[in-house]
Amino acid sequence: MTYIQIGIIYCLLAFVLDFYILKTKVLKLRMFWLSYVIVLFFQFVTNGILTKNLIVRYNDFALIGGDYSDKTPPMIGDGRLFYAPVEDVFFGFSMIVMTISIWIWLGRKNIQRQPFSGSPPKWWPKGHWYGTKK
Amino acid sequence: MSKFSYLGVLAFILFGTVWLEIILQARVLRKLKRLVLTITPVVVLFVIWDYYAITNNHWFFDETKVTGITLIGFLPLEELLFFIIVPIAALLSFEAVRSIKQEKAGDEK
Repeated sequence: MTYIQIGIIYCLLAFVLDFYILKTKVLKLRMFWLSYVIVLFFQFVTNGILTKNLIVRYNDFALIGGDYSDKTPPMIGDGRLFYAPVEDVFFGFSMIVMTISIWIWLGRKNIQRQPFSGSPPKWWPKGHWYGTKK
Repeated sequence: MSKFSYLGVLAFILFGTVWLEIILQARVLRKLKRLVLTITPVVVLFVIWDYYAITNNHWFFDETKVTGITLIGFLPLEELLFFIIVPIAALLSFEAVRSIKQEKAGDEK
């Protein structure tokens, strides 16, 4: 199997886990997507470091894009997104959905349900996408 | 670049998110049992993927940029730590957003 095929299987597995097995439906939560966008940004940063510097290398036979196993990949293009293979997005997405789904499911099962996440400090900004409710 | 390059990136992810536990009261790390029960199946699933990918040469690691410590025959120490640290970072981010937005995820009661 190629990288993208496994990535799609794991994403489907994460979806089935979230919607039908654990029934947590975190994929329907606005705050899941907000936190995912933040995590995705940092995934691009950290994964970019790992792949641009060839710390982690990929053989092209399992990739959508070309061979950069011994040279710096392009930032965008040829199957790369911020130096990393686009397939890494599927890898990260399935990992995050499974994690948060299991976490919420355990909470519903009353395993260390409390203390809930608290409140931000008083100086935290209000409004905007990053702030508390006005 | 050194043997600790990959470990350095992992440290960056960890230190970039642990402050959410304190400043935004994400309350993830203090729920150790729930955290371990969450991460264990995720680690198992992604070690399986990693095993397939490494043994089939989908990806490999620059030997000068990893510690060289290998677990259970194929798994670089950094990869195992990645499968632990990234879910923790994701949970801290999720709970920090919940703290700010005060929305419900269904585990409140």
